[in-house]
Parts: sequence; structure tokens; C-alpha cells
Amino acid sequence: MGSLLANNWHSFLTGFGWTILSSIVALVFSLIIGSLFAIMEVMPNKVLRVIGNVYVEIFRNIPLLVITMFFYLVIPLYFVKINGFTAGTIGLTIYTSAFIAETVRSGINSVDIGQMEAARAMGMTYGQAMRYIVLPQAFKLVIPPLGNQFINLVKNSSVLAFVAGFDLMYQGNAIASQTFDTVNTYIIVGLFYLVITLPISYYMRHLEKTLA
Amino acid sequence: MSMIEFRDVQKYYGKFHALKDINLEIDKGETVVLIGPSGSGKSTLARSVNGLEQIQEGQLIVNGHDIADKKTDINRIRTDVGMVFQHFNLYANKDVLENIMIAPRIVLKMNEDENKKRAMALLDQVGLADKAHNMPSQISGGQAQRVAIARSLAMKPRCMLFDEPTSALDPEMIDDVLGVIKYVTSQSDMTSLIVTHEMGFAQEVANRVIFMADGQILEDDKTSEFFKNPTNERARQFLSKIIKH
Repeated sequence: MGSLLANNWHSFLTGFGWTILSSIVALVFSLIIGSLFAIMEVMPNKVLRVIGNVYVEIFRNIPLLVITMFFYLVIPLYFVKINGFTAGTIGLTIYTSAFIAETVRSGINSVDIGQMEAARAMGMTYGQAMRYIVLPQAFKLVIPPLGNQFINLVKNSSVLAFVAGFDLMYQGNAIASQTFDTVNTYIIVGLFYLVITLPISYYMRHLEKTLA
Repeated sequence: MSMIEFRDVQKYYGKFHALKDINLEIDKGETVVLIGPSGSGKSTLARSVNGLEQIQEGQLIVNGHDIADKKTDINRIRTDVGMVFQHFNLYANKDVLENIMIAPRIVLKMNEDENKKRAMALLDQVGLADKAHNMPSQISGGQAQRVAIARSLAMKPRCMLFDEPTSALDPEMIDDVLGVIKYVTSQSDMTSLIVTHEMGFAQEVANRVIFMADGQILEDDKTSEFFKNPTNERARQFLSKIIKH
């Protein structure tokens, strides 16, 4: 296994880099987009609520691969040319954002209604009450399930392999077909994923403890 | 000059008629206690004054503004109307001092030094200056309710609504909270509407007592008259039951 790793070090590292880049970009944007849709889903305005709901239900209930293929094939056909990495990361972001929206929405709903009422009774607007009082409490509540979403996101980034995204999985497939050493290749790929996911797992637990 | 005025107000929850033909005037500086059996609409009435509950018909004039009018800036009116809740509702993510300072800072844009000075003075008034940096989860219910009162007063309201402020408290904590409320209502320019089951307290602080049942106001009388000689039959039954226990 050592020589396999040494001989293909550059490929593994490249894949590792793309996987991390895709994961970070998708994490940041899916957290922002997911939170926005979560807030829309609890808004007093019915139109916004319906839009939020439709978005979440569509993208949460379609396979990630289908969403990614859509961006990979359809967008270049009608709009702009994008590469596999971009298409994969967009798909990953949208797919994950739907799950994050659900997670954050449930967090918002589990904050006692009295918190919102007290803030509104003091003359705060809905937005101020959300921003200063409800959301900070909601995010604290959803740290553990968000951790799960982040770990899933990293693992799901392997979808890039299907759209030539040069990620870990893609490199693994290439190395395996060149060297025929499939078992060791995929063990190494798995270990590389652990290098990313275990620290996330540990950090989320740490956050959960220090903020609780 | 009235501070709060209900004119033929109707409130429904779906088909349930929660407030029926409410007509009520509360003058500036008055302290009015609202009593009645649970489910009678007392809390709904109090909560409609600052728009936490919306009324469907009639007019509700608070400090000269009709709050049922869509053009009325409800947030502006709420800065003049303090509210104290049964379950305190201190912001769980803020310490005691921040609980008091946040609304003056972001709603009134109060200067930070002045805000802090006032907040500490208010905490001192309710006897909790030493708890300024505790989180709400670290103080008792009675202390939390006193902080909640200080939090409302920080907005310099002209009117205070107390929605069963002692109902969720252990008996030995009630007196401290009632003491603070008594002090607040004693200020000559403060208008107060208090929903409570504490009859002794009602007798002590109220200028007027309003008795509600089934969403209607059945009796509205001077405090001494009400407790001596309630005219309404249901009010009489209610009083006799409460006083027996």
C-alpha cells in the first residue's frame, strides 16, 4: 500500500485538494442558502413561506446525482459553459442547502415562542428579533444535526467523480483502473476522507460542549 | 385623557369568539386589574393592547393611535407599552444586563454609556445589581421576573401590561415580584393593566377591577366597590371561590 501511495502521491493529493475545496465552498454557500430558506419557511408572509417550502421539498427529494447531472449537462447547453468541478459543487451546494434549511427551520421552531414575543413586545422588528434573539438560539440547538449535514456533504462530494471533477473519488477510480490494485486504492481514498470528516466530527462535538 | 380605549372590539380565533363587544377605557395613570376564570379572555385582552393578538373588529386606541389600523407603526407603539409575561421570557442567549440593554440600544438607539447606566440603576431598583452578568438560566423565577420588569422599564414606557406575572412562581418568590410591581404602579404617570389571580394584591394596587368571563366584560368597578359588593352574579361566585381557598 505504501508504494501505491508513493507512486500516486500527486494524484491523491490533487484529488484531496479538490475535494476539500468543493466541500468548503459548498459548506459555506449551503449554510447561507439553507439558512435563508429556513427563515423564509417560518416567515409570516405566506408567499415566501411557500417558495421556501417548494425549494426544500424539490431539492431534498431528488438524488444528488440527478441534480448534479442537470447542472453538468443542461446549464452548458442553454446558458454558460461550466466545468465538472463547478457543476458538481453547485449541485452539492443546492442539495445540501435543502437539508440545512430543514435542520435550521426545526431549530427555529423549537425556540420558545415567548422569545419572539418578548422581543416584539419591546418594539423590535421581526427581523431584529430573529437576528438578535431567535436565530442565535436556533443555531445553538442545531449544531449536532448540522455536524451530520457537514459530514454528509464531504462524503457526497464524491459525486464530482461522475462529472470529471478531479476529486478524491475521481482520482481513486483513475488510479484503480491503471494499477488494478483496487482494494488498496479505495482504502487509501477512504482514509483521505476520514482525514477531513473526523476533525469535523470532533470539532462539532467540541462546539456542542462549549456552547451548551 | 385615556391611555387605552377599546371600542366595540371583537376577537376571534378561527370560529372561537375570544373577545366579545369589548368597550373599555383606561385613563392615564390608572392601575386596572383584570380578573376572571381561565379561558375568559383576560390574557387575550391584555395581549391585544400591544398587538401580540390582532383584533378583527372595532377600534383599539393606545396612546392616541388605533392599533388595528394597518397604517399604524406597531413597533413605535410597543416602545411605549411595556409587557411582562407569565413565563418571564428573558432572552435565553443574553445575560441579565444585555436583556435590559438590547432593546434600548437597537430600537431607541440609546447611547451605550447612558444605556448601561440606566440598566444598572434599574437592576439596582429591583434588587438584582449583583446578577447583572448571570445568564437567565442561572437565576430563580422570582429574580427572572424582576429582571423582566426592569427590561420593560428600560424602554421608558407610558403604560405597562402584566400578564399573570406571578402565576408561574413559587409562593415564596411572589412577594418580591409584587413589591416591584407595586412600586411601578405607584408612579403617578404610569398606566398599568394587570391580569392576576392575587386578590389581596389587586385590592391593594388597583383603582379599578374588571371581571371577565367567556370573552365579555361582566363587571367594571372601583376596587373597593367590587370586592365589597360585586353586582354581577358570576363575579360574586368567582370571588367566593377564590377567597375560600
